[in-house]
Amino acid sequence: MAVLSAAAPGETRTPPEVPKRPRSGRLRRVVGDNLLAYAFMAGGLACFALFSWYPLVRGIVLSFQQDNFVTDPYWVGTENYAALFEDPLFWTAWRNTLVFTGFALVFGYLVPLFLAILLNELRHLKGFFRVAVYLPVMLPPIVVVLLWRYFYDPGNGLFNTVLDAVGLPTSQWTQSPSTALFSLVLVSTWANLGGATLMYLAGLQSIPGELYEAAELDGASVWQRLRHVTIPQLRFLMLVLLLLQVIATVQVFIEPYQLTGTTNPDTITVMVLIYRYAFTVNNDFGLAAAMSVTLFVVLAVFSAVYLRLTRGQES
Amino acid sequence: MRTTLGLLLAVGLGFGTAACGAGDDDTEEGGKVTLVINGLPPATEAATHQRFLDNVAEFERLNPDIDLDPREGKMDPQTFAAKLAGGQLEDVFYVYFTDPANLIAKRQVADISEYLGDFPVTSQIKPEVLRVFQDDKGGTFGLPYKNYSMGLLYNRELFGKAGLDPENPPRTWAEVREAAKRIAALGDGHVGYGDYSKSNTGGWHFTTEIYSLGGEVAVDDGGTWKAAFNGPQGKQVLQQLKDMRWTDNSMGERQLLEWADLLQMMGSGKLGMYVATADNIPTIVNQYKGRYETYGLGPIPGGAGTLGGGEGYMFNAKASPAKIRAGLKWLTFWFTSAERFEAENKWAAENKNPVGLPEPAIFTGAAAQLQETADAKYANVPQQNYAPFKAAMPSIPVKLEPPNAQQIYAVLDVAMQKVLTDRNANVDQLLADAETQVNQILASVG
Repeated sequence: MAVLSAAAPGETRTPPEVPKRPRSGRLRRVVGDNLLAYAFMAGGLACFALFSWYPLVRGIVLSFQQDNFVTDPYWVGTENYAALFEDPLFWTAWRNTLVFTGFALVFGYLVPLFLAILLNELRHLKGFFRVAVYLPVMLPPIVVVLLWRYFYDPGNGLFNTVLDAVGLPTSQWTQSPSTALFSLVLVSTWANLGGATLMYLAGLQSIPGELYEAAELDGASVWQRLRHVTIPQLRFLMLVLLLLQVIATVQVFIEPYQLTGTTNPDTITVMVLIYRYAFTVNNDFGLAAAMSVTLFVVLAVFSAVYLRLTRGQES
Repeated sequence: MRTTLGLLLAVGLGFGTAACGAGDDDTEEGGKVTLVINGLPPATEAATHQRFLDNVAEFERLNPDIDLDPREGKMDPQTFAAKLAGGQLEDVFYVYFTDPANLIAKRQVADISEYLGDFPVTSQIKPEVLRVFQDDKGGTFGLPYKNYSMGLLYNRELFGKAGLDPENPPRTWAEVREAAKRIAALGDGHVGYGDYSKSNTGGWHFTTEIYSLGGEVAVDDGGTWKAAFNGPQGKQVLQQLKDMRWTDNSMGERQLLEWADLLQMMGSGKLGMYVATADNIPTIVNQYKGRYETYGLGPIPGGAGTLGGGEGYMFNAKASPAKIRAGLKWLTFWFTSAERFEAENKWAAENKNPVGLPEPAIFTGAAAQLQETADAKYANVPQQNYAPFKAAMPSIPVKLEPPNAQQIYAVLDVAMQKVLTDRNANVDQLLADAETQVNQILASVG
């Protein structure tokens, strides 16, 4: 998403003189020259407009309205937002979401990096391990959740059976207030780390071998090569993945929704609360839209940071 | 970001798409009314699907001016608003007793009061059941079809194995606790007593259980609704569950259960008891491979009151007078019809569908008599297994759900979750927290 600048900073070269054309004529020429391109883009733009931009605007409008879909919607000003900020669940959901995101970054961000370095160093069975790491990403989310529900079952689930067999204390996993959120992070990390690992792996393989050779000639240890060659070379990719993961994990939905439900204050997240406002408890689309807008604003800030940083990198 | 856009899309559904039959002109050529109805069983359930269509055909033969357009499915809160906004909602649609209050409050259903006089059978509907479909001014917005009340569903075989008497299910919560201990002592993953705590089902069961002790969830205090569960009965419900879960270990390790979980556990033969309506039994038999002989139904322990639920039909807010009349003709032809009991029971018995499950009648007077006779004539499920429930039915008052039931249930879910998943849960604190939240919810009730 780089923003192209006409001249690089510090450049003083003056462009050759071009006779000025009337503005409207120039516009017509620009349009005329690119007519075919616009024609090709029209379908995509129409789809974006209909399925992304219009609902987005409609959602923002709805957050200031009450609508029962029978009579005309009526404006309620900021009432939906006031109700939102008064609801203790609003803050609970944000707190849980941020804790989840924090945990998810510690695991979901560092584990793929570690795995990618490990895979990169492998001499044998490289293909097998790559597939094995990526396999969970290919499973439909609902399958992942059902699988982990069996793992986590505190009665006769896989984890407690194994822990019991080796004499370790068992856990209530998703069913205990103290371990529920962390258990959801594990599911999410397991399901999603394959994609990040492959990206890191691609990044690692694009690092020129000469850099490592030079470092080795200088007597750099494995740790020093990692610190002074690998990490700096991957820094930009790591930054991009960090922001993408923040944006993705803030929107966690299926794990808490399926494993712990929409009424559990220990695990309710922003997305689950939106769903609850709209479809299960309140049937209040205005309130749900207001909650969606708060999430949208937070994610927009993250996205702006992301765009800003990537632009800086590319220029 | 895409998911957020998706949810913004989901909550930004207020744009209409091309309307189907529900909002069209009332009449076609020749003065016919086309009525879109739902409740048609899925084609995979071949026998009931065909039965529905046969009834539609017969109705159309008797009413040549009405053309029925039957659709599969029932009212689903998750798609309701979208269908309504898009003009896709049926003219007459199936609801559970939990839905009407919210739909009436949001003015998303049609008032049918002025048409009921033309359909005399509706005057024989039990007032307390019809009240589910009414607002506080007495306006009627739908008709009931079936009515259930909660009892104690139990596994007679496990009772036998645990040395309990299958003919005498527990009558008090102390007896439930004792029986649960005995069943859990069988080991091998047996659970004495199961309860819900997820997706609003926990609050639903808490409500049933506090009713059984003579308590209330919410009371109308001079025109203002207030939470009423933070008292001795509410405390007794939660404390008993906490004791059974953590002191007796008679409720199993797996919690956060929702509707299907207990049916599945009952079907697997591992669960001793849970609070349920009679209509759970055929589902356990058909979907979870149980046998009718295995299950008994006793009265709700405590017996001071029980929660009633059921099903019915409501009318699209945009339905015209002609469609409402046609809809009422259809409902009183089949669903809310005393004359159909005989024919329906005969068909059900011939097709091995259960007849004779103990359900409270929706009618009073002559219509109730007709239903009772028809049920007795074609009963094909073991009546003696439900004798304790039936015997106690007249003496246990059936109470309806509190206003804004789903929101209150969602709050009470939390209390149920905590006592079943946290051995250190503070019952008093849970009730106090829930009371504060429920009072906020009830503040919006007029």
